[in-house]
Parts: sequence; C-alpha cells; structure tokens
Amino acid sequence: MRFRLRSPRRSHEEELDTELRTHLEMAVRERVERGERPEEAEAAARREFGNVVLVKEVTREMWGWMWLEHLLQDIRYGWRFLRRGPGFTFVAVLTLALGIGASTAIFSAVNPILFESLPYPHAERVMMIWDFGPEGARLHTTFGNYRELLERSRSFEAMAVMRPWQPTMTGPAERLEGQRVSASYFRVLGVVPALGRDFDPSEDEVNGPKVAIIGEGLWRRRFGGDGAILGQQIRLDDNPYTVIGVMPAAFEDLLAPSAQVWTPLQYDKSLPPQGREWGHHLRMVGRLRQGVEIEQARQELNTIARIPVMEFSRPPHASLANGLMIRSLQDDMTSGVRPALLAVLGAVLLVLLIACVNVTNLLLARGAQRRGEFAMRAALGATRARLVRQLLTESLLLGVIGGVLGMIVAAFGVSALLALSPPGLPRVGAISVDATVFAFAFAITTLVGLLVGLIPALHISRTDLQTGLKQSSRSTAGGHQLTRRTLVVAEVALALVLLVSAGLLLRSMQRLFAIDPGFETQHLLTMQVQTSGKRFDAATTHRFFAQSLENVRQIPGVSAAALTSQLPLSGELEDGYGVHFESSPTGNPEADQGALRYAVSPGYFETMGIPLRRGRLLNTYDTADAPLVVLISESLAKSKFLDQDPIGQRLQIGPSNGPLYTIVGVVGNVKQTSLVLSQSDAVYIPTQQWHLFADKALWLVVRARVDAASLAPAVRQAIWSVDKDQPVVRVATMDDLLAASAAERRFALTLFEAFGLVALMLAATGIYGVLSGSVTERTREIGVRLALGATRSQILALVFRQGMRMTALGVLVGLVGAVLSSQALTRLLYGVSRLDPIAYLGVSALLVCVSLIACWVPAWRAARVDPSITLRSE
Amino acid sequence: MPKKTPYRNKIELLQGTLDLLILQTLQWGPQHGYGISQAIRINSGEVLQVDTGSLYPALHRLERQEAITSEWKISENNQQVKVYRLTASGKKQLASERSRWEQLSAAIARALNPQSEESEA
Repeated sequence: MRFRLRSPRRSHEEELDTELRTHLEMAVRERVERGERPEEAEAAARREFGNVVLVKEVTREMWGWMWLEHLLQDIRYGWRFLRRGPGFTFVAVLTLALGIGASTAIFSAVNPILFESLPYPHAERVMMIWDFGPEGARLHTTFGNYRELLERSRSFEAMAVMRPWQPTMTGPAERLEGQRVSASYFRVLGVVPALGRDFDPSEDEVNGPKVAIIGEGLWRRRFGGDGAILGQQIRLDDNPYTVIGVMPAAFEDLLAPSAQVWTPLQYDKSLPPQGREWGHHLRMVGRLRQGVEIEQARQELNTIARIPVMEFSRPPHASLANGLMIRSLQDDMTSGVRPALLAVLGAVLLVLLIACVNVTNLLLARGAQRRGEFAMRAALGATRARLVRQLLTESLLLGVIGGVLGMIVAAFGVSALLALSPPGLPRVGAISVDATVFAFAFAITTLVGLLVGLIPALHISRTDLQTGLKQSSRSTAGGHQLTRRTLVVAEVALALVLLVSAGLLLRSMQRLFAIDPGFETQHLLTMQVQTSGKRFDAATTHRFFAQSLENVRQIPGVSAAALTSQLPLSGELEDGYGVHFESSPTGNPEADQGALRYAVSPGYFETMGIPLRRGRLLNTYDTADAPLVVLISESLAKSKFLDQDPIGQRLQIGPSNGPLYTIVGVVGNVKQTSLVLSQSDAVYIPTQQWHLFADKALWLVVRARVDAASLAPAVRQAIWSVDKDQPVVRVATMDDLLAASAAERRFALTLFEAFGLVALMLAATGIYGVLSGSVTERTREIGVRLALGATRSQILALVFRQGMRMTALGVLVGLVGAVLSSQALTRLLYGVSRLDPIAYLGVSALLVCVSLIACWVPAWRAARVDPSITLRSE
Repeated sequence: MPKKTPYRNKIELLQGTLDLLILQTLQWGPQHGYGISQAIRINSGEVLQVDTGSLYPALHRLERQEAITSEWKISENNQQVKVYRLTASGKKQLASERSRWEQLSAAIARALNPQSEESEA
C-alpha cells in the first residue's frame, strides 16, 4: 500500500463496486495460492461471498438511512434551538429576510436587463450601428449611408433602419406608438408574424403599397383577436393601410417598447440630395452573419467609412469621416442604466453581507451561552464534525426561514422598484420573480446559511470542549469576544462604504439641481399637442395652434403661454440642423456645426423665462410674409462672432439652397438635452417662417400663477374646444421633466440611501450587542474595579473606549474601502470628486454619532453595577 | 441526548457482536474488508465465518457513525483497496462495547450455570 488514491468525483456506487470486486479477487487469489485450480477457486469464492447484488443493496441502505437520520435529528435540534430563543430568532430571521429579500428584488430587476439574453434567437448577433459625430457623439444614421452599407458590407445577414412614428388610428380615434421600418426589420430581429406574413422588399419602395403589421395587444384590444383582420384596412393618419400580419404575443420590440404598428419606411432609393434620405434621423440595426465576430464587423464598417467609392457619393454632413459605431443591442440598450444598476447591485450585496455579519454575531453570542451544552454532548461521544454539522444545520435553518420570508419581501420590493424605476429602464415588462430569480434566492439563502454558521461552527470546533464543561460558560468568552469585535469592525466598515456612496450621490444630486437650466422651471406646465389627418395643411395647422394658444391664454391662473417645436429637457430633442452663416469670422461653412432648431410662437422666451441678451425677441409681426428672422443662443453667437455684434448677420438652416434668415436677437443659453450636457447651440425661428415643412406637433408651455399641474385639465379642455380630435400627450410640469432627466441618479440615490440607513442600523445594533454582551461578561470585573475605587465615570469611559475603538477601526477600514469602491460610482457622479472630503468626513461623523448612541446604554448599565451585589453573587 | 437509532435496538445482539469484532480487529491496524473477515475467521479458530452481506453493511454503518474511517490505497497486487481504520471515537466505542460484552457473557454464563456459582459461594 503506497499512496492515497481517492478521487472526489468517484461516486459511492463506484467505490462500493470496486471494494466488493477487490474482496472477491483477494479471496480467489488466496485460494489459488493454496493450490486450488483457478476456476474452482473462483466458483468457491463466489459461493462464499454470496449474492453480490444483495450485499450491495443492504450496504447501500446504510448510507441513505444514516444520512437522513442525522439530518432529521439536526433539524429537530435546530428547530428546538430556535424556539428556545424567540427574540434572537426573530431578529436574526428578520435581518436575513431583509437582506435576502432586498438582494432578490434587485437581482430580479437587474437580471433581464444586464444578464439575461434578449428575447430574440441568437440575440448576441443583433447589432446597433450609429454614425459618429465630430466630437465622438453618437449620431443617428442617414438612409443614404444605410444604402451604401447594405451594398458594401459583407458582415451582416440582414440590416434595417427605422424611425419612430405615432399615427392616429381612427374609429375611435387613438394615438398609437409605431415604427416605420425597412422591410427586413423583423428578419434582423429574427421574429416572424404569428399571423399573416412579413413585409416584402417590394413593399419598401417610395410610394409603395400601404401595408401594416400590428402588435398582438392592439389586435386583441381593437379587433377582438379575430384572424379576419388580415387583408382588412385600418385608417392611420387618415390613410388606409392593409393589415398583412400580426406579431406574436411574446414579441417585444426592444427598439420601440410600446410600438403596436409597423409599416414600411418607403424612402427613395435614388437618394435625392435635398431629401429626408440624407437626414440624420434613422437608427440602424443589423444581424451579424453566423461566425462573424463583432470586431471583424467593426473593422469592415470602418474600412467602408474611410474609403468612399464613386457609386456612393456622400454629402459633407454624412461623410462618415469619423467612422461608425457598432455595438450589440444589449450593450446599446443598457449602457445608460448599466452603471446605476451595477452600483445598486453592489450596494445590495453589501447590505446582505452586513446582514450576514450581524446574524453571525448573534449566533456567536448564542453560542457562548451554549458552550456547556456542546461540551456535554462532546463528552457523551458526539464527534467534532457532528457538532459542526449541527451548527451549520441550525444556521441553514435560519437561512431557509429567512429566505422564505425574503421571497415575500422581494415580491414587495419588486413592485416598489418598478414604481421607482427611471423611465429609461429597458425591459421593465420582463421584470418579475421568475424561475431564475427563485434559483438566485435559493442559492444566496444556502450561501447565507452556511456563511453565518461557519464562524460559530469553527469556533466550537477549535475551542477545547472539555474546558467548556468544567468552567462556567461566561468566563471562557475571551476568544469569541475578539471574533465578535472583529465582525463589528467589519460591519462598521461596510456600512461606511455604503454611506459614503450614498453621500457622494447625494452631493452629485445637489450639484445637479444647483445647475441653472437657463430658464424658469417652476410653475411651468408642458404638453405636446399634435395634429393629424389630411385636413391639416400648413394653413389649418397654423390656425388650429393659434386658436388653441389664444384659448389657453384666457384660462384663469395662466400668466403666459407659448408654442415650440422642441422642449428643452423633454428628452426628445432631435431636431438638429446644419447652420451656415453667410459670413462669420471663425468659420468655413463646411465646418459649421449643427444647432437645435426651435420653431416658436411669439412669447416663448417670456413664458420660459429665457433672458434676452441683445437685439429683440420675436413678436406678432414676424409672420409668414414678413422678412425671415432668427434668434440665436449666446453660445452660438460667441463661437461664430467672437466679440462682434451678430445682429443683422444672416444664416441658413438646413440644406445650402435654403433661404437666409436675419439674426435679430441673441438669447441666453439653455440646457437642452440634459442638465449635465453643456451643449447649448440653438436657433429660434417663428413657426410660420419655417421653410421646409409645417410642424405637425408642437409643445405647449404654460406659465402658471398657481400650481402648474392643477391647470392641466383646463388647458386640455381649452385645446379640445378648438378641435376635440387632436391628441394632447406627455402632459408634465417642467419640474417633473427635470426630475426625470436625473432619474437614473435619483434611482441609485434613493436605493443607496435606503441601504445605507439599513447598514447604519445593523452596525449600531452590532456595536450595541457586543458591548452589552461584554458588559454582562465583565460584571464581576467591573464590580472589582468599583470596589477598588474606580469612579463611575471611569467605568463609563471604559465601555465607551471599547465601543469607540471598534468604531474608529471600522471607520478607518471603511474609508479605505470607500476610496476603492467609489471608482465604481464615477459614472453616476456629477460635479463632485469621488474623493469628495465633505462626503467622507460627514459620513464618518454620522457613524461616530450613531455608535456613541449605541454605546450609551451598555455604558450606562456598566456604571450602574453595584459592587456589593456582584461580588457577593459569585 | 440522541436516542439510539432504531435498527440497533432491533437486532442488537447480532450487530453489536459483529461491530465489536470489527472494531477489535481494527485495533491491530488498518485493514480492508477481506482482511477483516479473514482475521475474524482465523482469530476465532475458524469458528466464526463472517457473512459479506453483514460485514459490508456493518463497515459502512460504522463509518457513518464515525467509529471508523476509510481511505483508498493501492495493494501490493496493484489493486485499489478500501482500507478501514479505527477513529478516536471508535476506540471509545470498542472499550464500551467490550465491557458490555464481557458483562453480557458473564451474565449469560451465570444464568446458564447457577449451581456452580452457588457452590463456589
């Protein structure tokens, strides 16, 4: 016999087989050595051995039987143990339920967004392709570039472009969310209609047939789920569309989550140079060919972008000079919320960890009281392994009870999360407590059960149980006190990490809301008013809006009102145009960058509170027939005219064959897309003077003397009194929009605050628990000290010192941890350094204050000790 | 304290005896199943033949009770063999079962032979 040979992967069954086989072989060999003939020896050995199958069977019975017996026994003991200390059990189970519940809830929210693959076949091959702007900004693509890529690229199985579309469906009138898409759109996603057919490429031609595919929800709601819908016509924006297909119920259009209708894009493949075919307003999606890696595709796209060919000429603003951006749909969708979600996931795991540490501490305290019990059992023959298993069973039992309650907490948590979730959160519909989430909860419950039991179990097995039996339980507490104190230090440190993160986020939020958006955000009601249908030509559209505005201004409580084609901070600013100055000291026209175009009614600046810097504002004389005028933002004036007066200069907006507008005024800069981004170049023209098209949907801004939200019904009524069929949507106060623009940060902040608070409470109870345990254990010592002349304030100081030492150590460790972990937060911070001293100092001070409070009760109890009683009682 | 597991009560004598013999055999050093059965046979003067259908369940049960442990080794004949060894608690069990057995056999001896004891007194 030479060396061990035990592979852990070998099953019991195989081991038993080998064991019995060796037995037989040995018996045979011995008989042969004694001189028997091999065949006879074999037969005799077998006879002697008996029925191999039966031997195996009875042997096997030994395994399961004992295992189950022990387990049931352990569970019985564990249960009795938990019942004996209802207070302890209640606190421990509650702590674990909160920890497990919160983690499960967060996981269920994060899972479909960050980890689960998207609901398309081979979703990892679905890519988004964007144009790169001059400063690395992501731009929408143009149809012209799409056509070129379609012809030249070999990496993709299918490619499509799309743009949002909100048609009104008549009878009864309803505003639908929809998309205009290339015929290959659904092929790119890998989904086919459940009913009817997909688009045919021949339908995606300019002036092609008006066909539509509708969503299952719309089909059930409006058409009773009747298959006869195929081939029927529905009216969208007063045009008849033939329904050719219905999408499956499970289909999620991740590129337009609420879309219910899709029609072919029908752009002109001859690419007229001044047409919409060269506007940057499309999104492009492609499905990689099997076996093509994203890196290959990226290289190919960039080669195409870098080397134009004759047959595909590109206008300057769509030259692809900055290359193309390609990334998976999943990355594309989640890049905005990913930092917030990962941070929140990290935070909740910290909370779970703190909860575990707390329960471990409680178990240790209980363990100290049970020292005698365990010593007794060991003396009666229980092995150490058996005792460890007993302890782990108990902690697992705690974990399981905590886990079951945690699932209830998680169910509530998920609905709270959904209510809190930022509007940009993708796949909200997929957030639920499903099988994956159950598996996660089960896994962490088991892990937590083992984790919290591990230290107490090791403790029991390390200490000499004999001494536990001889001495009374509390005098041997030195070792476990050290462990408990270490755990409290860890708790304080973890809590500090969480609180510092919360503090940094809070400071960012303050900074964010301290930003001047460039206009008055309070008492401002906003909404989008849309016109639809054939009867709205340019003149009727204008009349409708003018009359509506007039009515709104009559409403009591309204101090001013105006219309604009785009609304700052509404999250939907995409109407950018190239702006070409007739003469500008700084610029060749080719390098002229775009600015956002606002078609506004007179009174817009007064209503919004945007200050006039130079020249004049728009007035009622700036009509369609009047000379073309424009106001520009201060930033644009500064970059184009430096210190010169821009008033009287002329510029073109959009295509270079357009008319010239004369600058009549300069207005203050406004935060347009978000509070964070400084981009503020803007041009303002009167609604009636826009030369390319009549804006069909305008934002109405209403300055209120009273609470802005309360005016909404009256305003809506005033518009509908002009034409009751026109949709009024996205009603919100500017304060709401402002809050929404910071929603991701707010979401992270709220959760961090909640988690930080829980962590703080757990850390405080940890300090309290250890100190009061220590005071109880040291009552005799304290009594002796008092008897020997120590003053009460010295005793008080003794306990406080002990508590503060743990806190200080925890804070120090926590500060290091916070510095390291704050790196994960940088993308969520605004205007503060991740090492912001105020956040670190403030939070440390808070922790110290709370731990002082936690120290107070045990310290006070220690100072109350009566030496005569204590000493006599021993 | 834990109750005795039920099957022990059921076939107390037989199993107790075999357990005792196994533990006693292992006291002389680690041994595999076949070796244990041979040792018992030889030490009992070829009287006791240990049935494999009792031996292996007993070994596995004792292992579960942590009275013995096992490990895999390679024999001189290059075979994988499972070798059992007495544990600390197994030694205690051996001592207590041994004294129980001695009491039992003494009691049985007395019960079978009451006169001789009286006459001696």
